[in-house]
Amino acid sequence: MADIEDISGPTSTRKSGSPLPRTETPIVPKNSIAGRALIAVVAIMTFLASLTTGGVMLVRAMAADWQSDVAREVTIQLRATSGRDGEADVRRAADIARSFPGIAEARAYSKEESARLLEPWLGSGLSLDDLPVPRLVVARIAPGATPDLAQLRRQLAERVAGASLDDHRAWVDRMRTMARTAVAGGVVVLALVFIVTMLSVTFATRGAMATNRPIIEVLHFVGAKDRFISGQFLKHFLALGLKGGLIGGGTAVLMFAVLEALSGWLLGGGAAADQVTALFGSFSIGPAGYLAMLAQILLVAVVTAATSQFTVNRTLENIE
Amino acid sequence: MVRFEHVGLRYGLGPEVLRDLTFHIEPHSFQFLTGPSGAGKTSLLRLLFLSLRPTRGLITLFGHDIASLSKDSLATLRRRVGIVFQDFRLLDHLSTYENVALPFRVVGRDENSYRGEVIELLRWVGLGERMWALPAVLSGGEKQRAAIARAVIARPQLLLADEPTGNVDPSLAARLLRLFVELNKSGTSVLIATHDIALMDQYDARRLVLHDGRLHVYE
Repeated sequence: MADIEDISGPTSTRKSGSPLPRTETPIVPKNSIAGRALIAVVAIMTFLASLTTGGVMLVRAMAADWQSDVAREVTIQLRATSGRDGEADVRRAADIARSFPGIAEARAYSKEESARLLEPWLGSGLSLDDLPVPRLVVARIAPGATPDLAQLRRQLAERVAGASLDDHRAWVDRMRTMARTAVAGGVVVLALVFIVTMLSVTFATRGAMATNRPIIEVLHFVGAKDRFISGQFLKHFLALGLKGGLIGGGTAVLMFAVLEALSGWLLGGGAAADQVTALFGSFSIGPAGYLAMLAQILLVAVVTAATSQFTVNRTLENIE
Repeated sequence: MVRFEHVGLRYGLGPEVLRDLTFHIEPHSFQFLTGPSGAGKTSLLRLLFLSLRPTRGLITLFGHDIASLSKDSLATLRRRVGIVFQDFRLLDHLSTYENVALPFRVVGRDENSYRGEVIELLRWVGLGERMWALPAVLSGGEKQRAAIARAVIARPQLLLADEPTGNVDPSLAARLLRLFVELNKSGTSVLIATHDIALMDQYDARRLVLHDGRLHVYE
């Protein structure tokens, strides 16, 4: 047998323009055009699916926030009645609410606060003394408590003239319907995006696999068992799927994280920011949202690998 | 070693392309397979290489009835058969060395256990200086020799070659024939499918002639 050392050195046998000696090149080529195209498709579709998932999570969180905020508060309204001491009525109503079982706190809105509430409609600098503007007391329900609001309503009506209790039931019902509709719509869009993602990934994988048919045939002819061949492709396409998924899903995760971190700064301070925050929350999809996106990345990678397995097996069946 | 008994083959619902083939290939034997284009040479090679199953008849390979074997068992049997394709079928992203070492790699052998063997064979077929080159930069003759090296590296008991001299000049064809003869002398049964009458005339060997789907054997 020839002396191996004298002929196999990496530089001794290298010709000008030849590649460096490679003895462990992956059997399935890593950097094919079809492979790169597949990574791009997987990345784009995972990004879109992650955006949709994040959007649905945001809508769901916002809807839950609105509902719980509104449901945890009741408002006592005191109509302005001539000849009565409005301030005394407000204090009495607040005291009744405060001492009622299940109410955590009750706060009377001052005239200035009531004026600010009306600012968007009536303008600033307005004196409310001459207008019959009702006064408000906001009572916050203790966490977990279910106060008898009918009883509270009766007590207020008996002891404070012109007082009425609004438990926001109509709002809560509307809010609930709106939230359910928004989440259901989001889930439908998510399902559609996900189906399109899976189809795109499946077809792109099949396209990439078509270019690998000669490799499958050669491996088959040199005596590779089906398990070996499918194992090579499983590793390769799982890696491609993960790479594309991490690029697309990672970009979406990063985007939501940055948006969440910068939401306060982007909106600035003041009333506008408060309104936007009240409507859209803090742009936080929460841990569940991030987990869902990571799960999506894994799922896309698994679908990519499973499609390659399906195609390899079909090719092997056709060879024999 | 190989026994065909009344073997027939048809693709789908088409006519039989191979009819009633009965022949055998003995250990250490050398034979040419010839016949006009479309006579069924490639189909017969595919049957011999277990990449097709006959529609009728019995094929036994190394004593096994191939109809009763699982896919894994067929793959194991296929390792005892080397094949040289007319179009080489080298993997473009692997170096000459890696292409030739492929039969060892697919059975999970450690590279250190076969490195010397592969290099020695590459030198023997005149590719010692081209072992790290990719197929794209090899000449037709070099590709042909790399394909032959890959087919024989695992010391198959049966070597099948489909038009192995179809892409090379007469002098290289003669060299390749000498290579096959040497392999045969070292114990490998060789079957060369060819149109090249001049090549067949260079070596006195058994001829299997396919004509119109039927086989005629000239000892």
